[in-house]
Amino acid sequence: MAESAQWPDDIFRVLRAADIRQVAYVPDAGHTRLINLCRADNVIRAVGLTTEEEGVALLAGAWLGGQRGALLMQSSGVGNCINMLSLITQCRFPLLTLVTMRGQWGEFNPWQVPMGQNSGEQLRLAGTLVYPVDEAQRIGETVEQAARLAFEGGISVAVLIAQRIIGSKTFGKSEQ
Amino acid sequence: MSESSESFDLRRRDIVAAILAKRGDALVIGGLGSAAWDITAAGDSPLNFPLWGAMGGTVAIALGLAIAQPGRRVLALSGDGDLLMGIGSLATVAVQAPGNLAIVALDNERYGETGMQETPRASTSPASPAPAASSWRRRFATRRNSPPPCRRSTTLPARASSPSRCAPRRCRSSSRRRTGPSSNPAFAAPCSATAWAEAPRSNAHAIVPPGRVLAE
Repeated sequence: MAESAQWPDDIFRVLRAADIRQVAYVPDAGHTRLINLCRADNVIRAVGLTTEEEGVALLAGAWLGGQRGALLMQSSGVGNCINMLSLITQCRFPLLTLVTMRGQWGEFNPWQVPMGQNSGEQLRLAGTLVYPVDEAQRIGETVEQAARLAFEGGISVAVLIAQRIIGSKTFGKSEQ
Repeated sequence: MSESSESFDLRRRDIVAAILAKRGDALVIGGLGSAAWDITAAGDSPLNFPLWGAMGGTVAIALGLAIAQPGRRVLALSGDGDLLMGIGSLATVAVQAPGNLAIVALDNERYGETGMQETPRASTSPASPAPAASSWRRRFATRRNSPPPCRRSTTLPARASSPSRCAPRRCRSSSRRRTGPSSNPAFAAPCSATAWAEAPRSNAHAIVPPGRVLAE
């Protein structure tokens, strides 16, 4: 990811403008800057999770309590959410999920490929509207519209941020 | 099951009714299996949210609600099977440390949703390998004859790790060995059924003890 990447800041501004009050996340390299922005914010409550499905449940509770939330994860976390998404669809709760993709663009870890290649379809099967985005400058507007659709339409919406935007990771395990 | 439960003193429905009798305007999430039915049997309320699915999510739902409604007390009431499926959410709660959230487990060592099959709790109860239910029953009988357990300060605990401190020594059997899951603070704090209601603004994670005594 380029040092000057603005899309995490774009997302953060959108989340604040959409009155998002709880942001739930499992630590993720692609979302690091956004997570840090949320953790440092006085209005948004950042909640670290032990597994992504907790976030689905947490934000259902937030909605019951009158607050909007957003769930951050990478594509490998999508599979952890499937049954809990029945809570969202059955109760017609809104849910805004922002997924950073792995297993797509220059992925070096083959274990990321199964979920990276299928998480969009799995979300759709679980009743979630999916908006893939592969241009950094379109992320902000996509999240903005996804939030409107989720909270005013009362449905589950996910934005899938392509690995091409985030950049392929090596974590020091290979040189490119 | 009904035959064996006849020999035990505790009934889930009675315990839950006793807890909810003092709920005030608390918001209650009831986990699937038994708790959702128990909180409803105690009297329907618009402040109840019973689950018939979302297994493992009861505590996390209650946490999100507690964060959103810091001025209200929130009670997550569920069974050991549901809690075990979402056991990581106890760590998430510990980090967030909401002062208005309480978690009560109906630790009946059974999966109520699927036909009362044994949970791992049935074989990992303290004092294993003695029959779990009877050992729990002995210990609870001891506690019932003791002074009221788990009298806690009504001041807000600074952190949710306080459940491990909330159970005074007299709350435990002196012969109890802390083994397996019982070493988890959440499972190590058996309290009286109404301790939660009697300790306003406390996030004591009261655990209603257990065994087949709570089975149908």
